[in-house]
Amino acid sequence: MKSQNRVVPGLLALSICSTLATLTISAGSAAATPGPRLRLEPAALTFTHAGEVREVTLRNTGTNVLRIGSTRVWHDGSGVPVFTADPLEATGLLPGQTVALHVRFVPTAATAPLPPGGAFGALLVPCDDDTLPGDPNPGGGAYIGSVALRSSQGPPLLSLIVFFPLLGIPFILLVPRGRESLTRIVALVTTAVPLGLALWMIRQFDPTVTRTAGTWGLQFVEHHGWIRGFPVEYFLGVDGLSVTMVLLTALITVIAVGASWSIPLTQHIRGYFALLLLLEVGMLGVFCALDFFLFYMFWEVMLLPMYFLIGIWGGPRKEYAAIKFFLYTLAGSVLMLLAIIALYYSSKATYLVDGTPTAHTFDMMKLAWANDFGAESPIAGFAFPRIVWLAFFVAFAIKVPVVPLHTWLPDAHVEAPTAVSVILAGVLLKMGVYGMMRVNLSILPEATHWAAQGLAVLGVVGMLYGALVAMAQTDLKRLVAYSSVSHMGYCLLGLSALTPTGLTGAVAQMFNHGTITAMMFLLVGALYDRTHTRELSQFGGVAHVMPRYATVFGLAFMASLGLPGLSGFIGEVLVFIGAFPAWQALTITAALSVIITAAYHLSAIEKVLLGPFNERWRSALAGFDLDLREAATLVPLAIIVIVLGFWPAPLLTTITATVQDLLTAVATP
Amino acid sequence: MTLANLPSFRHLVPENILVLGILALVGLSLARRPASRRLAGAIAFLACLAALAATALTAESQPRVLFHGLLARDLFGDFFKYLGLVTTAFVILVAQRSRDAIDYRNEDREAPEFYALLLSAALAVNLMAAASDLLTAYVGLELVSVMSYILAGFTPGSRRSAEAALKYVVYGGVASGAMLYGMSLLYGLAASTDLATIGRAAATAPALPVLFAAVLCLAGFGFKIAVVPFHMWCPDVYEGAPTPVTAFLSVAPKAGGFALLLRVFGQISGHAQGLADRSPWLLVLLVVAATTMTWGNLAALGQQNLKRLLAYSSIAQAGYVLLGVAAGGVAGQEAVLFYLAVYLFISLAAFTAVAAVADSGGGESVAEYAGLGYRMPLVAFVLSVALFALTGLPPTAGFIGKYYLFAALIERGHNGGGAAFYIVAVAAVLNSVVSLYYYARVLRAMYIDSASATHQTVAVAAVHRVVLVALTVPTILLGVYWSPLRDLVHAAVGTW
Repeated sequence: MKSQNRVVPGLLALSICSTLATLTISAGSAAATPGPRLRLEPAALTFTHAGEVREVTLRNTGTNVLRIGSTRVWHDGSGVPVFTADPLEATGLLPGQTVALHVRFVPTAATAPLPPGGAFGALLVPCDDDTLPGDPNPGGGAYIGSVALRSSQGPPLLSLIVFFPLLGIPFILLVPRGRESLTRIVALVTTAVPLGLALWMIRQFDPTVTRTAGTWGLQFVEHHGWIRGFPVEYFLGVDGLSVTMVLLTALITVIAVGASWSIPLTQHIRGYFALLLLLEVGMLGVFCALDFFLFYMFWEVMLLPMYFLIGIWGGPRKEYAAIKFFLYTLAGSVLMLLAIIALYYSSKATYLVDGTPTAHTFDMMKLAWANDFGAESPIAGFAFPRIVWLAFFVAFAIKVPVVPLHTWLPDAHVEAPTAVSVILAGVLLKMGVYGMMRVNLSILPEATHWAAQGLAVLGVVGMLYGALVAMAQTDLKRLVAYSSVSHMGYCLLGLSALTPTGLTGAVAQMFNHGTITAMMFLLVGALYDRTHTRELSQFGGVAHVMPRYATVFGLAFMASLGLPGLSGFIGEVLVFIGAFPAWQALTITAALSVIITAAYHLSAIEKVLLGPFNERWRSALAGFDLDLREAATLVPLAIIVIVLGFWPAPLLTTITATVQDLLTAVATP
Repeated sequence: MTLANLPSFRHLVPENILVLGILALVGLSLARRPASRRLAGAIAFLACLAALAATALTAESQPRVLFHGLLARDLFGDFFKYLGLVTTAFVILVAQRSRDAIDYRNEDREAPEFYALLLSAALAVNLMAAASDLLTAYVGLELVSVMSYILAGFTPGSRRSAEAALKYVVYGGVASGAMLYGMSLLYGLAASTDLATIGRAAATAPALPVLFAAVLCLAGFGFKIAVVPFHMWCPDVYEGAPTPVTAFLSVAPKAGGFALLLRVFGQISGHAQGLADRSPWLLVLLVVAATTMTWGNLAALGQQNLKRLLAYSSIAQAGYVLLGVAAGGVAGQEAVLFYLAVYLFISLAAFTAVAAVADSGGGESVAEYAGLGYRMPLVAFVLSVALFALTGLPPTAGFIGKYYLFAALIERGHNGGGAAFYIVAVAAVLNSVVSLYYYARVLRAMYIDSASATHQTVAVAAVHRVVLVALTVPTILLGVYWSPLRDLVHAAVGTW
């Protein structure tokens, strides 16, 4: 037996080597066709300061005369041109002949010294070298050679934020047996770093940047090629909308790690934290990815950890809740995949970031700003933009969740462990609204106008239905879950109004709901950890024995019901103000939900905190007020809720420019 | 470039190496002393690797036609040869520690015979990959079938194994008969067995007989790739056959079947005025594909035996791949090739996991997998990755494969293919949601329903560990960076 143990790895190494050799050889033999006759050196230029001049050499390496058309500079993104090149008229290059061209980097006053998002472009050389890709905009030559031009970039901040949690996973899995408590520390550190970086990023973030400043109004852009011969790109970037969500995600995940302290170390704790970190990568990636393919990959990557987190560490009906969540979300996202493919094949020919021509694109920015899908031929009798819009909408509506696609949510919330509920309500639900803004609104504005009234109705139905059902709940966690359904309805209503105030309100509501619901789930979890029940009728008078808990509980629930002075109020009032001009009757109806919301929140406060104390919990609750760890997760959120309640400016100014850009997209279909 | 007999042999080195390997194994089994399992395995494995290397080293982008038109040597065929040979190499390793194939616990029973049959099947897949004539196509298909019949019944004294083999023979005979009838019709139309000639004749012949012949041929190929309604053998054979053989059957003959399908129907219906333009041929393919995936997925929902569940899942997967054939064009063919390559890693990983569990004394029913995630963490992890990849979830290569298939469909629909392509695309994605439900049952057993199961770690044979890792790494790597495979596929498509 022993000898076999040595033979097998040897055989395997042999097999891997031979497979690799096979791949390389056949790839080599495939590429054995004569190389391009036009050689451009260098293949890419990076400019570090304004006014810099670099030289590009064109050389004919073939054996015939190479015809060259007039060269041109192409800029990726909106805004003012920043690269210029010496003009070169149509000419013929003899074999071996070279021509030198100068490329200048001349940012304008508006963008000096460097454009905020970085500048991306390419020097395009049309020619008759048929080994190069064909030119989608023929002019001077059927084929095109390109030199990528870009301004120098800072450190890849977004990549660091998105992928840093991955680094923690091997460390967590390597934690030795018996030292499981170390996993918590590793998880805390690996989630704290993205939070720190996100805070640093938001300090550097310039909220005045709009689409006219170049690179589609994005900042911290990272844009690179990915797969040869397939136009997917590694394209990350943030605008006011996504930077807010990235910060929220990083914050909520740290809080969730803090809330995970109550998971027993014996319960496969390594797997738990590894999955939590993987989940964070998916969430952050969704908010940063601007290439549709990449976006979809991040979107789906979230599913697996979520399934296991609910399924393994959840409550009594965890299997049911986990698979329900998984199936609902997957059903939505596969429709989104088809919609993405349909958009892709309907998009106009353009260039990748390195200047390679491509017949279609996955670039969400180009899809939004440089394509109009109104003229596409209908699918099975339905207008193309509308049916694609609906496919995206269903995918996002399941995440939001929009009534009647919400039924997975109460189950998932009730069964999930506290930390997972916090993430689910704090971040995952926001992805639905984020997706609607990023995709439905900006890529398919015409269909958005068509569907706006329906959106508003769905929003109001969600607000009222969620609130009414919450009022009927006897389980505290279920009540909070339904309050989420109701509160996400506000976002939908604000979105549907298509006014600056409405949209701003929707985004503010997303952020504030994230922090407030996270608090509420933490509080429910704290109570459950002590009493192992969430039945509202079982409690009462908790304020008498747990004053600190009661204070935070009161604050969170007041914020959630929209008390002025706390952050929940801001989003709600902006949504109402924004929606009223567009949908008067609906907005008035929606205002009813404010009353119902107040009713069930106050009744929850009354049932838990006030009234006579249930003596059954004397031993469980008395003297066990919030401990340091719980306070450490709750207090930062409470501070945010209070500060943003009185001074929402930091949040609102961050998103104003982006909201304006979104509305321009909708206004000019 | 058509070559005569003798010059053709230069381009047949991989097949010759396999023949030498088979002869060596037969010689080994004839030698009197009890033949060594390890020696036989090493011979077979090295023959496989040598054939693989020879294929890669003699590959040329210039297509050639050998033996006056009987075989083709092109990158397209080479691609399928890689698939067949890599599969065989992995199966040889897995079979080293598999009680139902070669019972290593008693004596190294019949190992040379087993490996000789396996190499013959690999040789047959090579023939299918290269066939450019109805004659060689039929010989390749029958050779792989006959080898599979014997391999499926290789577990001695096992009624299930014998039943599997018998069912396989009966269904196989019927399918072959139907296919031969179709081929005879094609011969009648073209007065030739050469595929290119048949293609030219089919373009001018009346559409109805060609369609009839094509549907009959589809029966034969459909039997190999297990599409509805020619799938009935599949669950019984997958369940009854020794697990390494099941792993082999789930990949190599399917790859060969798809190679033939693409070549034959590419000639008959691929070009302008072909079958696709003049008859509802594409609709037939779409309906068969959609029925296959739906049927496979729905039937898998209730399965309790994991091998049987994976059998139905492989039927569904064949339906997905058939979508690529129906979509046609460069995009469709690339999607088929890409998916088959990805499916090789995924399917072999899943069956190797089953073999590893069986080797450690575990059962094959899903219920017996309870708590596997804690008993055999590596095996359970690999099986989970494989199941996610079969569902088509990123970041696994299964997603990229599915993406290319769906994209080919939508592109066809967008370029005038009609609403049918969109409808089938929606059916396909909804099918992947259904499939998640039964894959998740296995996940749930392994990780969630673990309360009753023991959590004592169980050792896994070294060879299985190595194979599992070697199959999982590409499944994940190709999911985030698939340029190498994409280049290989891109070079292979359109070389004939």
